[in-house]
Amino acid sequence: MTRDLALPLLVLAALACVPLLGPPEYFMHLAITALLVALACTAWALMGRFGLVSFGHGAFLGIAAYTMALLWNFQGITPWIGLPVGVALAALAGALLGWPAFRLRVVGHYFALVTLAAGEIVRILVTATRSVTGGSLGMTPDQAPPGEALAAMQLGKAGFWWLGLLAWACGLLAWRLLDRSMTSKALAAVAEDEDAAASIGIRVAREKLKVTLISTALAGLAGGLTAQYRMYLNPESLAGLGISLQIVFGAIAGGMYSPLGPTMGALFTIGLDETLRVTFGTQFIGAAPLVYGLLLVLFMLFLPRGIAGLLEVRGRTATAPAARGAATVPAAQPPRA
Amino acid sequence: MDPFLLEALVNGVLLGGVFALPVLGLNLVFGVVDVIWLCYAELVMVGMYAVWFLHTQAGWPLALAFAACLPVVAALGVALHLLVVRPLLGAPPINQVLATGGVLFVLQGGATLVFSTDFRSLGVEMPPMEVGEVFVSGTKLAAFVAALFGAAALWAFLKFTYVGTAIRAIARDREVMPLMGVDPRRSYLVTSAIGGTLAGFAACLLVVQLDVHPFVGLSFGPITFIICVMGGLGNMLGGFLAAFLMGILVSVGGFWWNTEMSYVVAFAFFIVVMFLRPRGLFAR
Repeated sequence: MTRDLALPLLVLAALACVPLLGPPEYFMHLAITALLVALACTAWALMGRFGLVSFGHGAFLGIAAYTMALLWNFQGITPWIGLPVGVALAALAGALLGWPAFRLRVVGHYFALVTLAAGEIVRILVTATRSVTGGSLGMTPDQAPPGEALAAMQLGKAGFWWLGLLAWACGLLAWRLLDRSMTSKALAAVAEDEDAAASIGIRVAREKLKVTLISTALAGLAGGLTAQYRMYLNPESLAGLGISLQIVFGAIAGGMYSPLGPTMGALFTIGLDETLRVTFGTQFIGAAPLVYGLLLVLFMLFLPRGIAGLLEVRGRTATAPAARGAATVPAAQPPRA
Repeated sequence: MDPFLLEALVNGVLLGGVFALPVLGLNLVFGVVDVIWLCYAELVMVGMYAVWFLHTQAGWPLALAFAACLPVVAALGVALHLLVVRPLLGAPPINQVLATGGVLFVLQGGATLVFSTDFRSLGVEMPPMEVGEVFVSGTKLAAFVAALFGAAALWAFLKFTYVGTAIRAIARDREVMPLMGVDPRRSYLVTSAIGGTLAGFAACLLVVQLDVHPFVGLSFGPITFIICVMGGLGNMLGGFLAAFLMGILVSVGGFWWNTEMSYVVAFAFFIVVMFLRPRGLFAR
């Protein structure tokens, strides 16, 4: 265990030193954004790789972010407390949605569309309660009084880099711990055949709920930190179908079967967004989503396991072709309706 | 009965008629090809632009623009099937859904690029009609009647033609039917063309009621999926009935509360229905 952890900790320490090198502000901004998107994508992939496809993960970002911001603006409760409360609420919402869905065996397309509806509900609720949340115009957390910025989690770029790094590491740690647990084996079996898995004594609903709680909590963490970093919240970027599909795209593009895949996907999407923005500017609005969508289709057609999948296959054929069978994670195929 | 409530009910039924066509198209494609076209509302959007462009820019008469819209969107449906769906038929469902989700972005982006984000209006309005105590928008009523006509035409096609029978058979059992001499590839292609045609038809009915802009699909796309699933994916009659149920729910909810909350109620109702009847409201 200690040897396993040595390399990741070293990498983490090296990454933590980045702000000390005095990088340009713009670079730090992109890096922090990518880190938080990476966390959201990792959270999604924790569920997605077992066939629990959520089209409403944006909602969990929103629940945590709005809880945190509203507690700060109206009750004066610091985000240091508000964020954990928001994360807990996001996980609770995940459980409230997940438990009946898993118990009553809402699977496959049906599960995806239930989560889509849940995401839309959160988006519309935020818009409809505009007297409190500012509706689709969005809201801004109040500026902390001078000298109390740290207590209100209103940090500089370096501070958010460290916070984001910590949160991202938590996501990867969760992935690793999950992979070592029986839950991961059980869920792989469930993804193959739910009835067969249940018949050998796997408590299907409970195992699914576990991974849902972890995934939604991490998504909430990503949402809260994103809102606090930007100091701006709006329903389109923190709930609803648009942001949810972007999270899914990041996870798929990077590859959802490998722990670092979603992170690669986040780097890829952020890089793509920025390149398109810089290349096309405001001259050709619409070119960015066009390229984005085209890539999503091409990824699905030619690279369904994402960038990480590409590296994986290369690596395996080079070193141990025999191990290839083990690499093929079961394509999560829910039982036919 | 309160005339305003009655008006909300009538509007709900009319709204249901508008939902019904895209729901039928989506349902048909799902029932036969077993793939969800996540970009279905965007196909409708393209059709709406086609009508708008031909009528206001190219100066075609409205009827001709409508007639041209159908083959355009049908061709788009066929292209979608051949380029995106067919290569992915053996892939896991999530990959299929996400690929069509990519097409959603492509169509939105393409429309923004070509037509910009301005709201385009056809500028056609029919006078409201008074039926008893209730005022009914003439455009909505005409759209409703046309939607019923479209649904009836689809039903007759599926029921009485050879190709229609083959399509229904494929939807029943896609393993056995090829052995009986039905070519699934051809059926899928025809189904995609019909799905596209229905989207084009829906576009004709929507373009007289809504302004066109690249993101107009998002305003009725999610609710269309929800209605489909609530009626039972692949269950045409169920989807048709659910469209009216949802239309009334949204309209009456809007009357009692407000439109936004009525959508919240509609989505929440959908989730509860999924929990209680996971195969749809009207599953046998």
